Amino acid sequence: MGLLSKKDTRLILDPLADNNPITIQVLGICSALAITAQLKASIVMAISVMAVLALGNVVISLMRNIIPSKIRIIVQLVVVAALVIIVDQILKAYSYQLSKTLSVFVGLIITNCIIMGRFEAFALGNSPWRSFLDGIGNAAGYGVILIIVGFFRELLGSGTLLGFQVLGDPINKTGLYAIGYENNGFMLLSPMALIVVGIIIWVQRSRNKALIEDH
Amino acid sequence: MALNTDKNSYTIIFSIIMVVVVGALLAFVAQGLKPTIKENQRIEIQQNILYAMGVNENEGDGDVTFVGADKIKDEFAKYVKKQLVIQGDQVTEDPNAYLIDLKKEENLAKDANYKRRLPLFVGEKDGKTFYIIPMRGKGLWDAIWGYVSVDDALVVQGVYLDHKGETPGLGAEIKQRYFMDDFQGEQIMSGSGEAFEGISVAKGNNDPLNKTKDDHEIDALAGATITGNGVTAMIKKDVRMYIPYLQSIKK
Repeated sequence: MGLLSKKDTRLILDPLADNNPITIQVLGICSALAITAQLKASIVMAISVMAVLALGNVVISLMRNIIPSKIRIIVQLVVVAALVIIVDQILKAYSYQLSKTLSVFVGLIITNCIIMGRFEAFALGNSPWRSFLDGIGNAAGYGVILIIVGFFRELLGSGTLLGFQVLGDPINKTGLYAIGYENNGFMLLSPMALIVVGIIIWVQRSRNKALIEDH
Repeated sequence: MALNTDKNSYTIIFSIIMVVVVGALLAFVAQGLKPTIKENQRIEIQQNILYAMGVNENEGDGDVTFVGADKIKDEFAKYVKKQLVIQGDQVTEDPNAYLIDLKKEENLAKDANYKRRLPLFVGEKDGKTFYIIPMRGKGLWDAIWGYVSVDDALVVQGVYLDHKGETPGLGAEIKQRYFMDDFQGEQIMSGSGEAFEGISVAKGNNDPLNKTKDDHEIDALAGATITGNGVTAMIKKDVRMYIPYLQSIKK
């Protein structure tokens, strides 16, 4: 037996497409709207969430038999808040510049409903190793959507990717701007993130009819 | 499972233990790392002050790189000639003026009898004198702060802006080069040079490259109106307090 059984592999691959946390489980929408105006911010957020979700899933999974069910949500909240604050403090002490970049994300990670959602739906009922894989998989699925949305919002809203002016200079009118193209400032605002996510959901469900819920 | 996790007594005991354990852990981590974090923050202030007067290690157009933490002690001593504390009419030199907490001073100043301490840094680079003014204000979500350096004629030579929690990609852009660099060359005094005017972050000033330097306006950031207004207000509020002193030494 290899490191990953077939079931384990599915834990990682499923959330990337058919069980995507954002487009199918509809978790973590708030942060997906807030920070996807730039590709770089999306990538940083994806990595941070992956670290916290994988670690938090393991901790919750280890404690799953002793957590009183009545207060399990509070326990989950305490675990994720404590984890995030400890990581933040360590970064502040040993990697100050990185912590400056991440500072705004810290609060967003704690309130990210993917984290609570996966603790509740998976880690409370599964072994630590499987929970770890589930954390990695779901964070990756979340990250993929974030990066797709960030890509389109930055490209169409600012005409840049990761800060590089890929479409030319909008002020000096070079590249695409020379023939009358304009950046769409609306792409920088949150409603457009929702519309982009909506388009992704539409594309995904029209390709895989099994995902459409009947009402 | 022998453990009955549904019992009320168990729930209460569990939560007490959890709170104690997590509380102790966080307190331990915070206390253990406090000196290192404090030191990092002290170095950062020095780096920010030097950045505002144009001492940095920027490479290329979009890069914001401070003087390295290993060299900061020497560089700070080399470029910052004097650190002043202005308190009413009194001006004293204080080698630790850069550690004055602007937020504390602002709160203390609510008491009318308290004479607010205003730190001012006098820098010198290539034979030119810089006066570096620290500022602190409010953005959309949380605090914003910065340093602005002016020369003898009260023309802005450089700024450094930072924030605690502005939206990434929008308000957080105030600490990007393309925004901060726009301030260079702007006047803070009105045309005749008598009255304080400040610099506004303005929408639709039709000057995205900021070629007009005497309009007291910087091109705003799309999607960051409140943060931009915060920067405007911060400059108006904090730089104003230094004008009497700066004008007195000009004469």
